[in-house]
Amino acid sequence: MTAVQPGGLSRRGLLAASGAGAAAAGGLSAAMMLTPGHAGATPEQAADSPAERRYDFRGEHQAGITTPAQDRMHFAAFDMDPRASREDLVALLQDWTSAAERMTDGRGAGSLGPLSGPYDAPPDDTGEAIDLPPAGLTITFGFGSSLFGGEGSGKDRFGLAARRPAALERLPHFPGDNLRQQLSDGDLCIQACSDDPQVAVHAVRNLTRIAMGRAHLRWSQLGFGRTSSTSDAQSTPRNLFGFKDGTMGLRGEETDAIDEHVWVSSGADPLAEWMTGGSYLVARKIAMRIEPWDRSSLREQERVVGRTKAEGAPLSGGTEFSQPDFAVKGRGGQPMVALDSHVGIAHPSHNDGVRLLRRGYNYVDGNDEMGRLAAGLFFIAFVTDPRTHYIPMQTKMSRDDLMQEYVQHVGSGLFAVPPGAQGDRYVGRGLFA
Amino acid sequence: MIRKTTALLAVGAFALTGCTENNAAPAAGDARHLAVTATDDSCQVAAATAPSGTVTFSVTNSGNKVNEFYVLGSDGLRIIGEVENIGPGLSRDLVLSLAPGEYFSACKPGMVGEGIRAPFSVIDSGEQVGPAGDDKQFVDQASTAYAGYVKDQTDQLLAKTQKFVTAVKAGKDDEARTLYPDARMHWERIETVAESFGDLDPRMDAREADLEKGQAFTGWHRLEKDLWPARATGYTAMTSAERAKIADTLLADTKTLHQRTRTMSFTADEISNGAKGLLDEVAAGKVTGEEEYWSRTDLYDFQGNIDGARVAWEGLRPLLKKKDATLDGQIDKEFANLQQLLDAQKQGAGFVTYDKLSKEQVKDLSDAVNALSEPLSKMTAAVLK
Repeated sequence: MTAVQPGGLSRRGLLAASGAGAAAAGGLSAAMMLTPGHAGATPEQAADSPAERRYDFRGEHQAGITTPAQDRMHFAAFDMDPRASREDLVALLQDWTSAAERMTDGRGAGSLGPLSGPYDAPPDDTGEAIDLPPAGLTITFGFGSSLFGGEGSGKDRFGLAARRPAALERLPHFPGDNLRQQLSDGDLCIQACSDDPQVAVHAVRNLTRIAMGRAHLRWSQLGFGRTSSTSDAQSTPRNLFGFKDGTMGLRGEETDAIDEHVWVSSGADPLAEWMTGGSYLVARKIAMRIEPWDRSSLREQERVVGRTKAEGAPLSGGTEFSQPDFAVKGRGGQPMVALDSHVGIAHPSHNDGVRLLRRGYNYVDGNDEMGRLAAGLFFIAFVTDPRTHYIPMQTKMSRDDLMQEYVQHVGSGLFAVPPGAQGDRYVGRGLFA
Repeated sequence: MIRKTTALLAVGAFALTGCTENNAAPAAGDARHLAVTATDDSCQVAAATAPSGTVTFSVTNSGNKVNEFYVLGSDGLRIIGEVENIGPGLSRDLVLSLAPGEYFSACKPGMVGEGIRAPFSVIDSGEQVGPAGDDKQFVDQASTAYAGYVKDQTDQLLAKTQKFVTAVKAGKDDEARTLYPDARMHWERIETVAESFGDLDPRMDAREADLEKGQAFTGWHRLEKDLWPARATGYTAMTSAERAKIADTLLADTKTLHQRTRTMSFTADEISNGAKGLLDEVAAGKVTGEEEYWSRTDLYDFQGNIDGARVAWEGLRPLLKKKDATLDGQIDKEFANLQQLLDAQKQGAGFVTYDKLSKEQVKDLSDAVNALSEPLSKMTAAVLK
């Protein structure tokens, strides 16, 4: 591992980064402790300041999955241009790979950067991240089912149909779904996460610019305030309902469980051996009915969630990380943690032991025409197979979860996330090999 | 619409005289804020006395069993207030308005038996504490009135559904289209009660979007789609046999609902939470035009929900006026405002279709629903105070 970058010469294009290297070197051990057992990207340059934290784009797995969840996200889905060829797709992935590698390292999107190059030409980086450190930027790429032809789009545009993973189907309609096409699906996706929103937005903006003519932005989502923890070093955040969220989620430190529930193992899908070491990204835009929730009693809120609002302890007792005990009965012989509460429905013991690695974010898109907060949860989970690890659980939730009364799913996407780019390869190369 | 409303029926554990709050901040040395430590075999109340007025007991369950805490009258029988279902390690507050006198405190580990009791005295602080005792009469009146309302509405629902089903089966579509929103209004007036029957509600009132893959689409909205197919792309009309089957099942389910509502009774918090639940229904599906996607008759349902909420509130008014006249006044004002907005959309005996509303009109209605829902959501705590 290289602990110190040589001088920080090209950070965001020639602007002085004096001190960054020194700070990074001094903080190495601290950062190592922050990311113990980190299975995907390793911190290329470590720092005790979160702003200076950076993650290597290259590795066995893509960064942005088991990486400790950053505070901000910009997610974007793209459609390939109808005129684009297989070669265009490969070239795009190559270009995206090198830009992503540069940007996660704190450099500009292009090789010249925002302030170099011909004076009469537009810079190859848009520049709003000049002076900003990477702030833990990770960029994660995925492929939608429509990229593989079939399923409505008809023809096999890029000659990939034979290698479509069996798990990569459009998600089914779940009860209560009110999906909007303009917030769903796409040929490609990018998840950019950082502790600085401007850094995440800068990444998506530049990758979108690089794609122009080959792929077009279909929809995107900004998220703030991670709603799950993917590392033991993180405290459990709260969602917009005011409850701690993701207490039971998988953490990066649980490497065996991550292997079982997140990564696609070799031989899992004969048609898609290229997915080995990859994962599936489930994205759901979940609108919250904020106003009715705020008018519901604390009793109702805790009953719906199955946990206390204060500490997040299960209503059966204990502290935040105590396992809910569904056998504990309260008044009237009813379980203290209702079986149709959010915890009751989602608990692994009621889902064949299935666990999800969640990486969701809160969002507020201003307000709707009725003056209601257009807010909710942008749910992201990485799973080894959505057919076992998402669809059955969501079917149950949509049907029985008490929380359904306060939420509505309005966007949806499922993407195959290839393994990390290793050596000098581009991301997704295995699909075209 | 399938809604997992816990507003009615499911949440009946409130004691009439007690209410819990979790955020009453304990002030150091406050004689009216008492810590209670409950274990599996002990019940330690920080003090055995308190000044009369609002007293908060912060109960922490340090044992391994589910616990509950009571304040009982001097006879050891009358429950002044209680907080139940305290899991091991958890804390809950019990806030009570206590008049001077002798009481008992009691923890009940495992929620069985007499509990671990100790005498508790409330010393006259000179503060006026509201009279207790005659509240029960108000609640009984409200309960009787609301049960009567539910019965009456299901009577009318059954009669009108009968006519609607007859028209549907006879292929008299124009007549069926006129009867549809009118009959459904009686469902909407008691919606939180009707949908509390988990077996009937999905069969009778599920919207197509509420179904999961492979689940049958039946009930009111199935017939709605067949009667108003204009917005359905590539829709194939039902055969008369299919129609008859859906219609007959709807009628049979309505009869079951009718029969089940004959003997229902309601507590104050059920009535009050039901009123709030009906407003939630308006906010979720009616004001957005999602409920009646095919017929656009959402405003009828809107009015039905509001009617139901108003009747619930009116039943509780004598009690609410006594407990919190200001809140009652707010609710009164906001009901009037909302009704005025709805009245502006009246057309003949009914309402204009949802698509005739401008965005501004929808926003005005939504604002009015929020303005009413907010004080209405405080009614339960107020009447149980």
